[in-house]
Parts: sequence; C-alpha cells; structure tokens
Amino acid sequence: MTTKPLRLKELAKGEDRFAHGHRMCAGCGAPIVVKQVLMATDYPIIAANATGCLEVSSCIQEYTAWKIPWIHSAFENSAATISGVEAMYRSLVKQGKIDDKQVKFIAFGGDGGTYDIGFQSLSGAMERGHDMMYVCYDNGAYMNTGIQRSSATPFGANTTTCPAGDVIPGKPQQRKDLTRIMAAHGIPYIAQASPGNWMDLMKKVQKAFEIRGPKFMNIIAPCNRGWRSRTDDAITLAKLAVETCYWPLYEIENGVTRVTVKPKEKKPLVDFLKPQGRFKHMFAPENEGMLKQAQDYVDAQWDRLLKESAAGEAEKAE
Amino acid sequence: MSKKYWETLPQGSVVLEAGSSAKFKTGGWRSMRPKWIEENCIQCMFCWMYCPDMSVKVTAEGKRAEFDYDYCKGCGICALECPGKKGKKAIVMEEEGK
Repeated sequence: MTTKPLRLKELAKGEDRFAHGHRMCAGCGAPIVVKQVLMATDYPIIAANATGCLEVSSCIQEYTAWKIPWIHSAFENSAATISGVEAMYRSLVKQGKIDDKQVKFIAFGGDGGTYDIGFQSLSGAMERGHDMMYVCYDNGAYMNTGIQRSSATPFGANTTTCPAGDVIPGKPQQRKDLTRIMAAHGIPYIAQASPGNWMDLMKKVQKAFEIRGPKFMNIIAPCNRGWRSRTDDAITLAKLAVETCYWPLYEIENGVTRVTVKPKEKKPLVDFLKPQGRFKHMFAPENEGMLKQAQDYVDAQWDRLLKESAAGEAEKAE
Repeated sequence: MSKKYWETLPQGSVVLEAGSSAKFKTGGWRSMRPKWIEENCIQCMFCWMYCPDMSVKVTAEGKRAEFDYDYCKGCGICALECPGKKGKKAIVMEEEGK
C-alpha cells in the first residue's frame, strides 16, 4: 500500500474513523490523538483499549465512537488482548480461512494503563514480537478516576494522591521515562509524538505501520481537568511541551535515535508550567528551588537525547 | 433511548453499529459557542484537524463548512488555534444563548 500524502486539504476529504458524540470532556487531548493516529493510514485497523478515560467515554452501552473493530478487556491487558487477536489473525491467514487484508493492530492505553497497571502485559507483548503497535496517550495522571498520581505524573504536580500542601509540595518524584524503557526492549520502532505537531505524529504512525514487529508510540494528551488549565489550550500546551523540551519529539528506529523536531528556540520550562494550575504552588516563594529542579531534569534529559541523536547520525553517515 | 432488557441486547453487549455515538448529541454541553467568520478564513483546516469532537464540517471539495453544533462542546481549541487573516480571527467564541 502506498503511503497516504499528508496534506490537510486531502486528509479533510477522508472520513474520520473516530466518530463525534463520544463523551470525552470538552477540550480533551485524547480524541485528537486517536483521530490523528487513525487518519494517518488507510490500512484496516483493529484496536484494543485499556480501561481509562478514552475507553469509558468512547464506548458507553449501545454507543461506540469507533468505526473500526474495537475491543476492551481490562485495565492491565490491552497489549495481551491485541497480541492474542494478532496471533489468531496470523493463524487464520496461514490456515487459508481468511484472506490477508494487511490488517494492522493497535492497542491504546492511557498513562495509567501503560506506565503502571498494563506495564507487564505491554512488556510481554513487545518481547514476544507481535506485529502490533502500542499507543500510549499520556495525560500524566489517572484522570478518569479523579486525578491520582501515576508514574507518568511530572515532578511537582498537584494531584489528589500527592496534594501540594504543608507536608509535600506536589509529587516529590520525577516521572518515569517509559519511552526509554520501551527502547530497552530492543523493538524495531519507538517514537514520542505530540498532537500539536500533527504532521510529525502522522509520519511516525505511517513509518511504524510499514515496519513488521512490535512498535511503541508515546503521545502527550493534555487534560484540562487534571492539568487545571483552560478548555481551549490542549494544542497550545502540547506545542509548548515540545518547545520547552519537556516532551521532545524523537524516534528510535532499530536502535538509532533521531530527534525529529528540534525547537527553533528552547523555551524555559516555566512557559509550560505556568498555564497549568497543578503547578501553581511551585511559583510560591516557599517552594523556590522546585522550578530549578524541574528545569535541571528536563535539561539533563534533553542533553542526553541530543548526544544519542548525534551518535545516531554519525552511525548513519558511516 | 428506549428501555431494553437483557433478552433484547446482543450477546456480550457487543455494539454492532460502527460509530453509533453519532446518535448521542453532545452539543447541549456547550456554554460557549464558536462562530465562523468566513471572510477571515484562509482554509488552513487547523480547526478541523484539532477539533476533539469532529465538529467541523467539510464539503465534498475539501473546503471548510459550518460548525456541527449538534456535537460541538464549545471547548474553544479552534478559536485559539485559528490563525485568521491579517490579524483577524475567523473563529470567535461567544456566550451561548446570547
């Protein structure tokens, strides 16, 4: 199949594979992520979905927003479920019971269902080498149950299970770098994307679908309820996350790292933190030092990534 | 939705109709209403791309059409991301019911 051209005017003529009428909050980032992922390709897709905002709001008794075959099993096993579907499909094709229609398999999960609860099944599916893609939409907490911290919650964020107050100033730990953990699995393709850079996101999806084997994509999905921001700034925050290098856009293809979008000018992290109410306490005089700590962490991660990217380019040039 | 009992539901509560959520209109959630000003529109389609509710209609030629107020939840992403023409936005948010 030829790769779909990524021109907005052409794309707009196509049909959305994620329907309106879903019950996600106004201004949610997750449906934008899903629609962009599904729009990037014309391949038939079968999706599994871990429990989370996306699952509970897109499929409510008798109503489904999905125009593709979709299955929900539980919080911890969307990767196991889709790997089973994929294995069965391959078997049926081999037995000659169905024709190979080049079906692609995706598992969607939020950060709770990916970083924490679904991690073992994700790791297992990647290790077994199923021909599937796992897409994590990362909104940085358990938003569906009312904003509890997850291992994807950034340092200093105020959530209901790490409330900023007299005892602790928000989440005391740094977030877990799942993209890097997935890279350690040695799978052929890993990418990090943002819906604010739709072209970059869709290119990565297209690239992933042309690769056989397990793929992983981590996509930031702003949540105005949990991030305590305005309903209209999901895309602005997704872009700011990239421009401040909090959420660098890169891919790791067969072990070679490449930064796909380098911000023209690296903005200070406070530009990303300031519009979000969950970081409000970090700007208070008594929490002085937290901002620097957060900035230092982002800088260190970014420097490390640039070094890896440079090493990857050198390797390619050889 | 009419009341249904377990005998009439498909086995395993499988939803057999793709995209049936379109029968559920979310437009009633809206407190702010986006207004499209066609003369300021440069047809960049960013509003269409970034709409979380698939509520920007597109004509058969791929041109931007009116909002789908049956589903628009009034988040305002389109208005914020709209580049407009010569500094004039093609989408502005207005209070609903005014």
